[in-house]
Amino acid sequence: MITKEVVEKVAKLSRLELTEEEVAVHAEQLNKILETMDILKQIDTDGIEPLAHVLPIQNVLREDEVGECMPREKVLSNAPEQADGMFQVPKIV
Amino acid sequence: MDYEVVIGCEVHVELKTKTKIFCNCPTDFGGAPNTHVCPVCLGLPGTLPVLNKKVLEYAIKAGLATNCEIAEYSKFDRKNYFYPDLTKAYQISQFDLPICKNGYVEINVGGKTKKIGLTRIHMEEDAGKLVHQGATITSATGSLADYNRAGVPLIEIVSEPDLRSAEEVLAFLTNLKAIIEYTGVSDAKMEQGSLRCDVNISLRPFGQEEFGTRAEIKNLNSFRAVERVINYEIDRQTDILEDGGQVVQETRTWDEGKGVTLSLRSKEDSDEYRYFPDPDLTPLVIDRAWVEELRSSLPEMPMAKRKRLIEEEGLPEYDAGVITSSKVLAEFYDGVRAHYGDAKKTSNWIMGELLARVNAEGIELEDIKVKPEHLAALLTVLDKGEINGKIAKEVFAEMFNTGKEPESIIKEKGLVQISDEGAIVAIVDEVLANNPKSVEDYRAGKKQAMGFLVGQVMKASKGQANPGVVNKLLAERLEQ
Ligand SMILES: [Zn+2]
Repeated sequence: MITKEVVEKVAKLSRLELTEEEVAVHAEQLNKILETMDILKQIDTDGIEPLAHVLPIQNVLREDEVGECMPREKVLSNAPEQADGMFQVPKIV
Repeated sequence: MDYEVVIGCEVHVELKTKTKIFCNCPTDFGGAPNTHVCPVCLGLPGTLPVLNKKVLEYAIKAGLATNCEIAEYSKFDRKNYFYPDLTKAYQISQFDLPICKNGYVEINVGGKTKKIGLTRIHMEEDAGKLVHQGATITSATGSLADYNRAGVPLIEIVSEPDLRSAEEVLAFLTNLKAIIEYTGVSDAKMEQGSLRCDVNISLRPFGQEEFGTRAEIKNLNSFRAVERVINYEIDRQTDILEDGGQVVQETRTWDEGKGVTLSLRSKEDSDEYRYFPDPDLTPLVIDRAWVEELRSSLPEMPMAKRKRLIEEEGLPEYDAGVITSSKVLAEFYDGVRAHYGDAKKTSNWIMGELLARVNAEGIELEDIKVKPEHLAALLTVLDKGEINGKIAKEVFAEMFNTGKEPESIIKEKGLVQISDEGAIVAIVDEVLANNPKSVEDYRAGKKQAMGFLVGQVMKASKGQANPGVVNKLLAERLEQ
């Protein structure tokens, strides 16, 4: 059961600011999603390994060879603020 | 009440690959900020990380060297949290299917060998670096983010809570560091941040089976800090328990200047990280033949080498421990022994002259200029009596500073030992003529005057006279 408190906690962990109404809406919607999940729970999954990837591929690896980096002007071009070639971020704690 | 301390370590080791774990950016240290980055390590939308094969190889090697089981099947997961040193708001790490598990590292404390269990070793990406604009993170007005380090490959080695003292922890870290260094997968240097340690410490009354509540102290970057933190935490937690209080489960930080640990945040439960499999990366199915190939490529490990030095070379435990604590030193020792027969003398010179100079100059062992075969040559001429011990040390100093071979130094400086009796007799006679009082004393029975006269002859010969010959000639003259 998704309560108001659960929604608020998930919102906090996701850095989302929700209004009272939004919390209520999300609680209801999330509960509906869980009800749907309950249908899936009826399937017998004994002896079935959890799925790690949806595609039947494995071991996609690359060689340890240095390639091109991105020019710094481009790297910083989306930064709202920058200083000394670095991303400027607000006070952390 | 007396409490037993229970400690577990989490050790992060930076792997020595050319490129980052999931992209082709170089891992080189010291580039201008944000110049070793690309859309992948910046976490830009639409990019796809691809695992560096070398990272997998190195993680497996580290696991094999620490007696771990290598997974048949492994995968990457996202560890979700917000912090500006992460570009994606998640770190790619491994959760329930790490690449290695159930290993151990042997330690030797107080003459006893103990196995310290390793729960797991997993692969993950390093975060970027933050520069705080202010004296400390709490007083800063803001921070600057440099993502050159974001995506540098790490392995995290997690120990079981098997450690029971600061001494055991230091022995564990020393051996683990040596093992990692021997495998060649990392420089494993604490001072340079390529080996970082978190410690979990709790206390419990002796005899109690259940663990006490633990505090985790993050990011210790020197052996000294590890030792101080453990002693500090034992005192802090003892005080709390003695007062009838309860230790809070939390993450703490070490303030090196003040010598205290400070609360950082209460420990987020692991499910707060909302781990889930990273759909961008494919699962890993590890080829057993490859694992065996990697196993056979490993060099002799420090504990095995230590055992060999004690049992086959006849070195004292202490010597063997010092020499095998570093790969460079151990290789240097083997290099000398390949050309020179006396194990103990080799060890004496490495632990004495060589390490004393390395420490005095504050240089890295990698940067030693002396070649092992040159030390072997020096010890050989010393044994033959062509030079004496005092001159050998002088020659060694020159070898240490210049990397030159001993023969040329001895020749250049005219340091060859004089054993020719005719040449020494002349000096002996001169010394006797200049020191009639000592001669008189000796003949009157004060045998210690001999030592003084030998010293005078050695001095007059600039240390080059063969002391054996000097003694013999002096005795002959004085008994006349
Ligand atoms: Zn990159």
